[in-house]
Amino acid sequence: MMLIASAFGQLALAHYLLLSGVLFVIGMVGFLSRRNLIVMFLCTELMFQAAAIAFVAVGRYYYDFSGQVFVIFILTVAAAEAALALALVVLLFRRKPTLNAEDWRDLSE
Amino acid sequence: MILPSLIQVLTLGVSETAMLVPHADTEPVATSDVVVATQHWWAGFILYLPLISLILCGLCAAMKVKTKLPAWITTACLLGSFVFSLLLYFDYGGSPELIPILSWINLNDAGGNFAGFSANFTLYVDSLSLLWVMFVTGLGTLITYYASEYMEADLGKGYTRFFAGVSVFLFAMVALVLADNLLMLYLGWEGVGFASYWLIGYYYQRPSAVAAAKKAFIMNRIGDLGLALAIYLIWTTFGTIQYDELIDVLRNGSWKEAYEGWTIDAIPWFLMLAAFGKSAQIPLYVWLPDAMEGPTPVSALIHAATMVTAGIYLVARTYEFFLLSPESLHVVAWIGGITALVAATIGLAQYDIKRIMAYSTVSQLGFMFLGLGVLTTYGAAYHVFTHAFFKAVLFLTCGAIMHGFAGQLDLRKLSGLIRIPGWRITSIAMLIGCLALAGFPLTSGYFSKDAILAEAFISQGPGFEALGWIAIFTAFLTAYYTFRVWFRVCAGKVEYEPGDEHHGDDDHGHHGGSFHPHAPRFAMNFVMAVIAIGALVAAVPYFLDTKADDALTGGWVADMVHDSTAQGGLPGLDRHGQSIGDPVEHGHDVHHGDGDHAHPTILGMDPHMAMYIISGVVGGLGLLLAAWLHLFRRQDADRLKAALQRHWWIAWLPRAMERKWYVDEVYHGLIRAPLWVASHLMYAFDRFLIDGLLVDGIARIPRMIARWFQPLHNGIVQSYAVTMAGGLALIALLMILFIQFWKVGGGG
Repeated sequence: MMLIASAFGQLALAHYLLLSGVLFVIGMVGFLSRRNLIVMFLCTELMFQAAAIAFVAVGRYYYDFSGQVFVIFILTVAAAEAALALALVVLLFRRKPTLNAEDWRDLSE
Repeated sequence: MILPSLIQVLTLGVSETAMLVPHADTEPVATSDVVVATQHWWAGFILYLPLISLILCGLCAAMKVKTKLPAWITTACLLGSFVFSLLLYFDYGGSPELIPILSWINLNDAGGNFAGFSANFTLYVDSLSLLWVMFVTGLGTLITYYASEYMEADLGKGYTRFFAGVSVFLFAMVALVLADNLLMLYLGWEGVGFASYWLIGYYYQRPSAVAAAKKAFIMNRIGDLGLALAIYLIWTTFGTIQYDELIDVLRNGSWKEAYEGWTIDAIPWFLMLAAFGKSAQIPLYVWLPDAMEGPTPVSALIHAATMVTAGIYLVARTYEFFLLSPESLHVVAWIGGITALVAATIGLAQYDIKRIMAYSTVSQLGFMFLGLGVLTTYGAAYHVFTHAFFKAVLFLTCGAIMHGFAGQLDLRKLSGLIRIPGWRITSIAMLIGCLALAGFPLTSGYFSKDAILAEAFISQGPGFEALGWIAIFTAFLTAYYTFRVWFRVCAGKVEYEPGDEHHGDDDHGHHGGSFHPHAPRFAMNFVMAVIAIGALVAAVPYFLDTKADDALTGGWVADMVHDSTAQGGLPGLDRHGQSIGDPVEHGHDVHHGDGDHAHPTILGMDPHMAMYIISGVVGGLGLLLAAWLHLFRRQDADRLKAALQRHWWIAWLPRAMERKWYVDEVYHGLIRAPLWVASHLMYAFDRFLIDGLLVDGIARIPRMIARWFQPLHNGIVQSYAVTMAGGLALIALLMILFIQFWKVGGGG
């Protein structure tokens, strides 16, 4: 416990931000490199969580709870958005049995 | 018109003084004599009745009347107008009358430069307007009755529309003639133009009729512009447009006191333009021959009574303005003479009999203007009067032929009508009309034409004598082409070919090669006979002298003109209506005024006497030539034409005459083609500069800017994401750099 606590105590803000950045980059790279709509959606969720970690960490650093409040907001929005996005994916799949983002280029027209 | 003459013969026999009291001497009619005659309030019915007829015809149209009711209504109303005109004539006291009908525009003198303006529906009744209104309504009635039979093929279709148009036509013409001010005259003037458009375009399914209607309207508009400008100028110069006041001011010369400027010289030129447009003179005559696209009774109305005489009337009515600038009268005379000659040469070479008659109208109108120009308003008015009869009868007979032979009007395809049963009245009526038009001795046209021709030699002006010889030559051509028609169509052996017009339900169509012309029935025969008799009797007024005025020659018509605003152009009187002596000695030049000229003579004879002989001989020669080429030896006519065409130096002549001197083509080239080019240039300007460069060009700018960014919008989600990420990265980088430098800067 102590170890963890001391280790935690030694953990500086930079570590959290580093984690958040890494997570964000993973999500972004995933989003850019994958073609499957659901995977891409999951990647956006990763980027969301990266942002959430950064908020909490910075909030804790400044002893300011608005960071955590904001995370609650983000989670709410993410839940609503997840429902919406998955519904859209289902609808798209009904139209054309594919989940490849490239196949939906004509939506830009 | 016949009636008054006859009654005058009687009354003269009974008591001479009764008719002669007001103007037994040559005192000028001072316009202060103008009386307001409210007791003649019923004269308004001359105007109302055609309007009532129009309204009733409108009701007939609304009720979809399929009978001849509209024709009877119109005939009855016009007959009523004619009866009221006659009553007015017999009740006319001798001095011009003003009969108020309706108050229209009255602006009072409000001080300053504005002198007030008034234009009311008031009838100005003097002998000139009486003369006109009698033959307008009389012939209008007869022609309408004729049309009741002529138009019966259109029963239930255009029948009502036709008679409504005739009513408008007559209303407008009567308003024009009886107006007491120039604005009401202008109303009638435009109304006549509109009604002619209505009626010429009666067969609106036929493109040629529509084109003719438009042509007539546009040509008339050019003249109308002249009239409008003339009215403006008259008002700005004299401060009034009422005849009585104008004539008063012009005759007593009081306008000269405070006058300076150019307007007085411009007015007659604008009036002339107006008259040339309405009365079909060079250069605005081309609409009239095309106007025969309308039904024939309309042509008869236009050519005889209601339309083309309006120009003559206008000049006669405003003659005092013309007397003030003699050059304008010289131009009137020359244009009239040249129009007479040109139209006659065109008439020589046409084959369509209605077209020949149309050109003869242009030519005779030229004679009338010649008469006005050489200072014989009386000759012009008398020629209008006789021409109204014989041209009406000629057109109506042409119409009967066209009606009976399924639209055939080609004189090469008709022959010997007088020998076909049922066509005798038509042929004889046409013969009478032709004799009068050709100026055969002792016919009405002979006297009226002579009055003009003789005056051309008597009056002195630039080249008037040459003009007189041109007119005599034209009279010869007139006799020739007139009898060319009659000999071809009515005389000779019986031969005919039907035209190509089917009358729908008629059973005489030329199926199976059996065509039977259907002869005119009672209404048409009756009208043709009456007008033909009228054309004969129209010679009688020449011998009637209702006034014991020795200075006046020319009988009844001269007396009519003498009492009017046109008295300045009477032989034997100077422009104030004063007698200048012996009728034979009236070679008095109005413009030079000293009166000491030698008596003009023609070939050593008194002009009038000489003219009787010359024009009789000339008319007879023309008739004989026509008889040779078109009755006895018809093949000679073709041989003559062939002979002419063999020689290159003359071959163009018959061709050019047949193609109407290419005037339409020249107008096309001079006016229509440049307008076409200009309109297309304007179109290109609008299309490419305004629309293309400005409107579309401005709209194209955002589109071009958008095109630079368009590749970004490719539909690939990842590429959007890359863009977004790149953008974010860029912003983040900038922020970092900015903070760095700001810190450095702020800290440093």
